[in-house]
Amino acid sequence: MKMDRRNFIRMCGLGLLGLGATKADKIFADVTKSKYLRTASLQGKRWAMVIDSRKCNDCDDCVAACHKVHNVPDINKKEQEVKWIWKEGFHGTFPDLGHQYMTEKLEKRLFPILCNHCDNPACVRVCPTKATFKREDGVIMMDYHRCIGCRYCMAGCPYGARSFNFQDPRPYIKNMNNEYPTRTKGVVEKCNFCAELLVKGELPLCVQACKKGAITFGDLNDPASPVRKILENEATIQRKPSLGTYPSVYYIV
Amino acid sequence: MIEHIFRGSKKYWMWLSFLLIMIAAGFGAYLYQFTYGLTVTGMGRDVSWGLYIGQFTFFVGVAASAVMVVLPYYLHNVKDFGRITVFGEFLAIAAVTMCMLFIVVDLGRPERVLNVLIMATPHSIMFWDMVVLSGYLLLNLLIGWNMLEAEYNAIEPAKWVKNLVYLSIPWAVSIHTVTAFLIAGLPGRHYWLTSIMAARFLASAFASGPSLLILLMLVLKKYTGFKTEEKAIHKLSLIITYAMTISIFFIVLEFFTAFYSQIPTHMHSLEYLFFGLEGHGVLVPFMVIFAVLALVALILLLNPKTRKNQKYLAIACSFVFVSMMIEKGLALIVGGFIPNAFETITEYLPTVTELLITMGIWAIGGLILTVFYKMAIGVKEQTGGAEF
Repeated sequence: MKMDRRNFIRMCGLGLLGLGATKADKIFADVTKSKYLRTASLQGKRWAMVIDSRKCNDCDDCVAACHKVHNVPDINKKEQEVKWIWKEGFHGTFPDLGHQYMTEKLEKRLFPILCNHCDNPACVRVCPTKATFKREDGVIMMDYHRCIGCRYCMAGCPYGARSFNFQDPRPYIKNMNNEYPTRTKGVVEKCNFCAELLVKGELPLCVQACKKGAITFGDLNDPASPVRKILENEATIQRKPSLGTYPSVYYIV
Repeated sequence: MIEHIFRGSKKYWMWLSFLLIMIAAGFGAYLYQFTYGLTVTGMGRDVSWGLYIGQFTFFVGVAASAVMVVLPYYLHNVKDFGRITVFGEFLAIAAVTMCMLFIVVDLGRPERVLNVLIMATPHSIMFWDMVVLSGYLLLNLLIGWNMLEAEYNAIEPAKWVKNLVYLSIPWAVSIHTVTAFLIAGLPGRHYWLTSIMAARFLASAFASGPSLLILLMLVLKKYTGFKTEEKAIHKLSLIITYAMTISIFFIVLEFFTAFYSQIPTHMHSLEYLFFGLEGHGVLVPFMVIFAVLALVALILLLNPKTRKNQKYLAIACSFVFVSMMIEKGLALIVGGFIPNAFETITEYLPTVTELLITMGIWAIGGLILTVFYKMAIGVKEQTGGAEF
């Protein structure tokens, strides 16, 4: 074949297509092997949390402890704030459960809310780069260096648990903790169940910070774990269970 | 063929300069957004997608609608469309390019956009959207260019080009279906969680896209002397009439399911958009305009006397385009986020920066369209393919 301009461009195009095809081939192989359908294993750890809202009072210790250590910025624009754990009223936390004749106590009670580390997480399903992923111990993690900031995970999360860095967060961090990384403008972030402490065998910061002992943390796969004990003895609920996300954070109302 | 782009009247150059000024303004606004982050937009943690994703959705529809001139011509031998298929394909090229730009300007980290391919994730619909959109762009570039080149050389287009045309037909349907799947499968977004989303998207696309094409053909007639046959315009207007009727029917279906079931979460977004909810209703005026324009357009289209009159048809087409641009290009996306995950309401309106960037992307689409159409008309003029 005569190699003129046209044929050259054609060959380039074919080469590119070939490259694409090899990549596609690998992807399809992964799909057929169910590589992307991995769920948390029944062996080993499977982290979960129970929050006893009866013990939770007016303080913000859990929020303060978490946000201080994790360098969560304090942004004054309410609509663009970044938060990993915060408090909502009953109707915000459980919008499908309330009714108009609830006790005043319950109407006024605030519930600490955070990422639910779902067993069937919509955010992981929709993320186009696997920047959000699920570990075998059930923790939903984020790779802030891979996130493209498309905010598809925020549309996917039915709990409003994800925050986007609409601006550079660093100027809004009052006391920088040099032991933990900060994030950059343009990526999504959220609670990580204190994965950096779990690996050292320590409890998450919010659990440690709560003076009332309202937050219990443990291994769902271990029948003797404190979370399993509470789940077996108390009436507990999850947020929006009908959506099939299977949250790992349980509440005692 | 390319030479036609560089030879034009004073009006042509003035139009191009106008577009370039708009692009420069949009680019300036984008630099501002790129520096300070998406904080300069009206979006927030509750309404986390806004005008950009809305416009993206709308223009995927415009791109897909090229199939409405291609399919009748190639599958049903509707000869009247023969001379305008290339205009449909070039419209698709401009629209898909705009879609890609709308995605890029919406990203927090645009420099990492290729992660979508490098870290290919088949369980994300966004990955598939990128695949089908790039594929559609490539298909239309190849088809449009080769078809026009064949016309230029006064020969039959090659067999492989025709085969690509057949491939482009289901491909066009796929781009809008995948775009609907982006939002129609998310737990907790009740307004979007409807199985007729893809059908709604296709119906409204096949109304708004051909409407734009008719308007463009009328503009070409006025400014270039390129005349589209009456018959082709008439056939296109019939397609618009059916598609618009089905679109409005689908919206009625959404209302029925929500309001007869009385399930609050299904009613809330519709209530918010059309009537206002709990004292919030910044989008209500837009939805009123949508409803009025859509109904007037429908009446003008259904009545054969007005449909066959090009003056009224032009009004109907612009009303279809504007009403669908409001419904799909803004309200559908924003409405999905209202009320939010906590059943409270945070409203959204685009900022000036967002509007400028959006305008800039429209201008880029306009520039691509102008240049390609100029080339096509030049070729048709030379080969006598057009009646002047």
